[in-house]
Amino acid sequence: MTFEPVVLFFLLGVIAGLARSDLKIPGAIYEALSIFLLLAIGLKGGVKLAEYPLASLLFTSLVVVGVAALIPLVAFPVLRYLGRMSRADAASIAAHYGSVSVVTFSVAATFLDQHAVAYEGHMIVYLVLLEFPALIIGVLLARAGTAGQTRWDQLFHEVFFGKSILLLIGGLAIGYLAGPDGIAPLDKLFFDLFKGVLAFFLLEMGLVASSRIADLRRYGTFLVGFAIVMPVAAALLGLFLGRALGLSEGGAVLIATLYASASYIAAPTAMRIAVPEANPALSIGASLGITFPFNIFLGIPLYWWMAERIYAGS
Amino acid sequence: MAMANSLQLVIVTESVIENTIIEEILALGAKGFTVSEARGLGTHGMRSGRWTVGGNVRIEVIGDADLCERIVATLQEKYDADYGLLMYTFPVNLRN
Repeated sequence: MTFEPVVLFFLLGVIAGLARSDLKIPGAIYEALSIFLLLAIGLKGGVKLAEYPLASLLFTSLVVVGVAALIPLVAFPVLRYLGRMSRADAASIAAHYGSVSVVTFSVAATFLDQHAVAYEGHMIVYLVLLEFPALIIGVLLARAGTAGQTRWDQLFHEVFFGKSILLLIGGLAIGYLAGPDGIAPLDKLFFDLFKGVLAFFLLEMGLVASSRIADLRRYGTFLVGFAIVMPVAAALLGLFLGRALGLSEGGAVLIATLYASASYIAAPTAMRIAVPEANPALSIGASLGITFPFNIFLGIPLYWWMAERIYAGS
Repeated sequence: MAMANSLQLVIVTESVIENTIIEEILALGAKGFTVSEARGLGTHGMRSGRWTVGGNVRIEVIGDADLCERIVATLQEKYDADYGLLMYTFPVNLRN
């Protein structure tokens, strides 16, 4: 099992951060890179989406989103009762793990491309749809039986008009309307440069993650264990679901990766607004400091390996 | 519009609630405000400004003592418990 070379940029970022190098990606460039990645992923999905009948996609989307709701609903009691966390912290972390990571998905897709494994193009639709339900479940879990008021209007605005959903859905729509021929003049910018931009983005993520890794000791062994066991369990769920839905092996690996990944861009902002009493250091530390590196280095190759075993049995 | 006894109120808080705070300030009667991004260390931990959720903002409002008092009281009641929030005032001489 070899890993995708682009993840080495993440490692370089982590090393630079731990060594207190003066390397710093300016905030404006980071913003530009993330806009590029979100748009490119949306466009790619939109072009592929045109190849599938939308009606059948509706059914599988409902199943994929419905089953994904199990993730925060299982994570919450585990964190609350096994981990003895406060209701707000457990709910916030559950929301992070129920939501998805766009960059983890991108790394999985490039991993599959590198190994010449085919996958369905409409996976991007699931990426978009899986981003927000868990955030709402998280807020409901945090609020069940408590009197605290929720800024729902702000939460919804943040979730649906925040840049990640806006750009993903926007790119998806533009790609779908334009089709492969219409999008061809943009190919060089959005598709050919994608991997290079992903490398820059991972470098910056390594820098940010290094500051989280440095204080891993403070999270306690329970949370570290959770941040590794939870994604593997969720990935297994995703693989079996992928097989049950008749997806290709590559498609099942992507569903597994989506289920396994934890959000660290949309979820932190949404939880900070809706569940402010939760400690953001715990949830971001677990998702970005542990789960993200675990997924890109070990998780994705592992999910592929498991997919081969599961599919060989059919 | 030189005003005697003006105060500058500086609010340092988390960038996730920037828009909410600005709405509060305007609703309480402020005529304007200035926002800049900020980095630093406080009791809510290091705010490096590297990450969307980890950023801080510094909001400045100029007004009379009464306005500043209303803003401080409102923000303290609603946001002090859950968010990083630092507020201070000093006298200013408005020159135009």
